[in-house]
Amino acid sequence: MDEIITLSYGSGGKKTSQLIEEIILPPLANKELNLLSDGAILEIQSNKLAFSTDSFVVSPYFFPGGDIGKLAVCGTVNDLSVCGATPMYLSLSFIIEEGFKIDDLKKIVSSIAETAQKCNVKVVTGDTKVVEKGKGDGIFINTSGIGVIKYDFLGKDKIAEGDTVIVTGTVGDHGAAIMASRNKLVDEFTVKSDCAPLNELAELILLYGNKVKILRDPTRGGIATTLNEFVEGGHLSIELYEESIPINDETNSLCEILGIDPLYSANEGKILAIVDSSIADNLINDLHNSDYGKNAKIIGKVTKNYPAKVVLHTLLGGKRILSKLTGAQLPRIC
Amino acid sequence: MQLSQFKKPHDIEKIIDYLNTVELKVNIMEVCGTHTMAIAKSGIKSLLPTNIRLISGPGCPVCVTDSKDIDTILEICKQYKDVIIATYGDMLKVPGSRYGESLEKLRAQGAKVEIVYSALDAVELAKNNPEKNIVFLGIGFETTTPGTVLALEEAIKLGINNFFIYSMHKLVEPALRALLNEPDFDIDAFLCPGHVGAVIGEEGFEFLVKEFNKPSVICGFEAGDIIVSIYKMVEQIKNNKPQLENEYTRVVKKNGNLLIKEKVEKYLEVSDDNWRGLGNIPRSGLKLKEEYREFDAEKKFKVYLVNTEKENGCQCGEVIKGKIEPKECKLFAKVCSPENPIGPCMVSSEGACAAHYKYLNF
Repeated sequence: MDEIITLSYGSGGKKTSQLIEEIILPPLANKELNLLSDGAILEIQSNKLAFSTDSFVVSPYFFPGGDIGKLAVCGTVNDLSVCGATPMYLSLSFIIEEGFKIDDLKKIVSSIAETAQKCNVKVVTGDTKVVEKGKGDGIFINTSGIGVIKYDFLGKDKIAEGDTVIVTGTVGDHGAAIMASRNKLVDEFTVKSDCAPLNELAELILLYGNKVKILRDPTRGGIATTLNEFVEGGHLSIELYEESIPINDETNSLCEILGIDPLYSANEGKILAIVDSSIADNLINDLHNSDYGKNAKIIGKVTKNYPAKVVLHTLLGGKRILSKLTGAQLPRIC
Repeated sequence: MQLSQFKKPHDIEKIIDYLNTVELKVNIMEVCGTHTMAIAKSGIKSLLPTNIRLISGPGCPVCVTDSKDIDTILEICKQYKDVIIATYGDMLKVPGSRYGESLEKLRAQGAKVEIVYSALDAVELAKNNPEKNIVFLGIGFETTTPGTVLALEEAIKLGINNFFIYSMHKLVEPALRALLNEPDFDIDAFLCPGHVGAVIGEEGFEFLVKEFNKPSVICGFEAGDIIVSIYKMVEQIKNNKPQLENEYTRVVKKNGNLLIKEKVEKYLEVSDDNWRGLGNIPRSGLKLKEEYREFDAEKKFKVYLVNTEKENGCQCGEVIKGKIEPKECKLFAKVCSPENPIGPCMVSSEGACAAHYKYLNF
């Protein structure tokens, strides 16, 4: 462990895991937190709840396809949804830098309201702090959310050999959109963030019952990092097929120019699902008929060939390891 | 044409099937870090028979940067508080010779370090921060040198006087010559970098065949380009007809880019340079000419370096020379990983060790 925090610790990759597991988790450990899932599942007087929190520091705070407000609602709603919960209530905290335009704040709040309404969640508590000019960068938002567990069968331990890996659409678009909006070199690209609420999409998948093993929304670190989290420490492997991974042509070209791998680029409106292979084809059909799953694809399978690793079968027919993100691909994308 | 068609052209399986019938032992060096990465990412090594080996050469600019240069840059960063370092992202994590120091760590402690995608962005930075001094880290081979030179030209045109270049630019030919003259150098053929070729032209690689009799192919960067080039080299060796072939004709011409060559010559001059792993190679680097010394960061920001060079077991030098595979280094994946890199080959996204760790460590 280093002596100081560097940007790599915020990448969502290996260093983020290290920070959580070595510094943050040990003094706070308990059975709910230890699972390090997208949201904690809590049992309060025989009601099962999911509870999740997320902070948003994206720069720029208005980006193609969304803004920090929409992202702040979707981020927490999506974390709850992939836990099998129906999102109910959100808290909303702002840290705003002195000098921030009220007009921009209005736009952000209205985007929060619109997205919350779409997801059928209520913002029920909040806080606002203002810091001196230079002590923040425009606006940071934290949201926490509570949902009621409706589907109580998901877990890493349910993944089995022969299961199918599904992604609900093109990968890497959010990360690419943020890069395009920050970098003059690629500002002619029109990639849009995929930022979207996933509660309905998660429900559509979870209606298949316990044939669904686990869901995640692969944000920072991209699908490569999330898939590694599914198999690390275990005896199973995930084998992916490069030709079946859906990638938007523009995202692909942009990533190529900037030397970034779309498999590590963030998503804000996609679900990675591991399901029993018997339901895979029907599920894909259902996804294709939904709003946010039109480009859903089967991208791989669970095997025992490379324990605890994710292996990519390349377009060319070769194979390589797909490891967790190392270092910071790009800071402040969400 | 879609990008994916370059990644998997028609009939590629036939070539791969053919290569698997070849019994000849062939060691091919890919000179360029971009090739190293493309080979690892496309899984080419897993498709070749064990007798056809691809070995990474000294073509990753970060990997061959001398640790003394890194130490000097870190020292500039520490001693001159009005300096903003502008650099390509890969340099951020390269450790200096003192344990635990890098630009990334200094930045977290408050030093000003900005990542830029082009040298011109660094000029822009200078324009927008007139009270600061911008030091652009010029790194790379013939391909990135033009960017640095154009930035210098722009700074002169705009009358900007707070833009400086720390030039670590290097030339491919002297490094290859130095390698070829190593006593136990065991490479049969060269996969030559297409991007460098675009600048220096086919003629820039002719010495490989004329003087050293090594089959060589100038190659593009998609998996299809690389497979076709491997096939061409194997055929040359099989038929004992070494020659220089140009697979990347869509970009590389006979004489390269004369306009760029002229511009580089106008501002930079050839000098001796230190390479990590290869030591001092005569006439292998590019520095700012005397008449542009006011833009030269090494002349403007003098620092005193304590010699901290010490043995840490890192074998990047041997990796760069193609003498050992990354996994043969004692530190590989044990102490040295992309999260905690000891040597530059593990830091750079184009380094042989990083490629091996990320993509091939099954």
